[in-house]
Amino acid sequence: MTVVAASRAKADGPLKLAVPRGALFEETLGLLDAVGLDTAAARGDSRSLIFEQDGVTLVTMRPSDVPTYVEAGAADVGITGKDVLLEQADRVLYELLDLGIGRCRMVLAGRRGDARLGEAQRRLGMMRIATKYPRVAERHFEQTGRQVEVIEVKGSVELAPLTGLADGIVDLVATGRTLEENDLEVREEIVECSARFVANRVAHKLRGAEVDGLASKLREATAG
Amino acid sequence: MIHPIPPGTRDILPDEMRELRDLGRALIEVFEARGYGEVATPAIEYDEVLARGGARSTDSAYRFFDEAGDLLALRSDMTVPIARLVSTRLSGAEPPVRLCYLASLYRGVRPQRGQMREFVQAGVELVGAPAPEGTVEVVEVLEAALDAAGLDRAVIGLGDADLYRQLLTEVGIEDSYREAILSRLATHDLVGLETELAAVPDLGEEVIATCVALAQMRGGREVLEAARSLGGGAVERATAQLQATFDALERRGVADRVQIDLGLLRDLGYYTGAILEVYDPALGHILGGGGRYDNLLGQFGSPQPAVGFALYLERVHVAQMEEESRRERASR
Repeated sequence: MTVVAASRAKADGPLKLAVPRGALFEETLGLLDAVGLDTAAARGDSRSLIFEQDGVTLVTMRPSDVPTYVEAGAADVGITGKDVLLEQADRVLYELLDLGIGRCRMVLAGRRGDARLGEAQRRLGMMRIATKYPRVAERHFEQTGRQVEVIEVKGSVELAPLTGLADGIVDLVATGRTLEENDLEVREEIVECSARFVANRVAHKLRGAEVDGLASKLREATAG
Repeated sequence: MIHPIPPGTRDILPDEMRELRDLGRALIEVFEARGYGEVATPAIEYDEVLARGGARSTDSAYRFFDEAGDLLALRSDMTVPIARLVSTRLSGAEPPVRLCYLASLYRGVRPQRGQMREFVQAGVELVGAPAPEGTVEVVEVLEAALDAAGLDRAVIGLGDADLYRQLLTEVGIEDSYREAILSRLATHDLVGLETELAAVPDLGEEVIATCVALAQMRGGREVLEAARSLGGGAVERATAQLQATFDALERRGVADRVQIDLGLLRDLGYYTGAILEVYDPALGHILGGGGRYDNLLGQFGSPQPAVGFALYLERVHVAQMEEESRRERASR
């Protein structure tokens, strides 16, 4: 493995691309293959997090860390979900391209056939909503004029309405299977999400040709 | 005993203070050598005075009441206080008036990511000098300041604050559509920009393509040609202005590190015409910015063209340290 200098400086070397591990990982690597980057090393079972190659260095991380690294310039560009960007909307970074992969919906869900959400709203004036996206949830209910108590959880959100921690949840749904298996159903759709290509503000200005080049290759690869 | 200080503020100890003082002094010396006299203004002003800079410039101000019940605010930039100072104290002065400062500013932002709530800016204001000569002079001073800080790789972005406002007016986009589109442009959210443009009724594909393409145009002189080929009065005016500024910069031999950037949009409301941003490859955040504010002095009753810039002192210090260690690594 090549060691990359741990400097605040955006090294003058290859462009650093923040790659999301987790649900988006496979599809992202597929897309990078399609634009001619070598992802074999990243696919291996190495514990390394940084994969250097000609032109672009892949830095793998949690999707929710991508905005942090890109905003600070520790990565020049990155790929992460719109859900993550919405939750961290105050971060300064440039959203350049909708990659169309990892499509899913942010929804409000409650227990199937259970009137609890509406009842809590009517009789208690307020719903309790469990979510991993507290800011997206707060914004949604504020914009629709409803009062809620947002409860932030880190793990399986489905647990919250089943145990009585919350009346409903705000979460991402791709196929809807997890909801179904936990006896939950979609009540409202909040926003559609997919993976986005983002850039650091300074990298976008000072490494314009590289950033634009990668963006246009990604656009071609996703258009097909 | 540990006694806390508020988030977004910090203490500075002697080693750092020595370097910050040297850097600040070096910048002020550059400004003074070019005829910019240093001024100081109060950290607190009447809120109503700062609000003359437009809503955006008081977005995140700290406000409180004094014993007379008047609403006060901590200054969040120096341009508005200096506009007040010029029209109040120097109203009889022969233009142009050249002033500089090194001052602490306050913004109620979310701290701890390259942005503090209390921070220092060093900058200049040139009042009474129209475009393009005034702009060119200020860019020249800015380059000298970057040189003095040892940031020989720094780049200055040069854009036009009126481009998109005029472009949207030209194609008849008003009201809420306009606000939504300008806010996407300000955050450079290209995906959102396309979505918002597509939501405008009866807007041609061509207009959408023009907006999205303009936002990404940055580089040397060739950018102006590429932009002009998109057509339209707003683009024509902006490119002509940029061309005039860039030509004048070239004549003075200071255009090398200037990058023309049609995607530039500063988030302070008072800018008109040419706008500036400063970047260094060693830092992921912008080092500073500025531009023309030809209408701001009019808000204080003494209308005259003006232009200026400000550098974030602490960020310049970080970039300076990074560039120094890069040079050391390179020479080994």
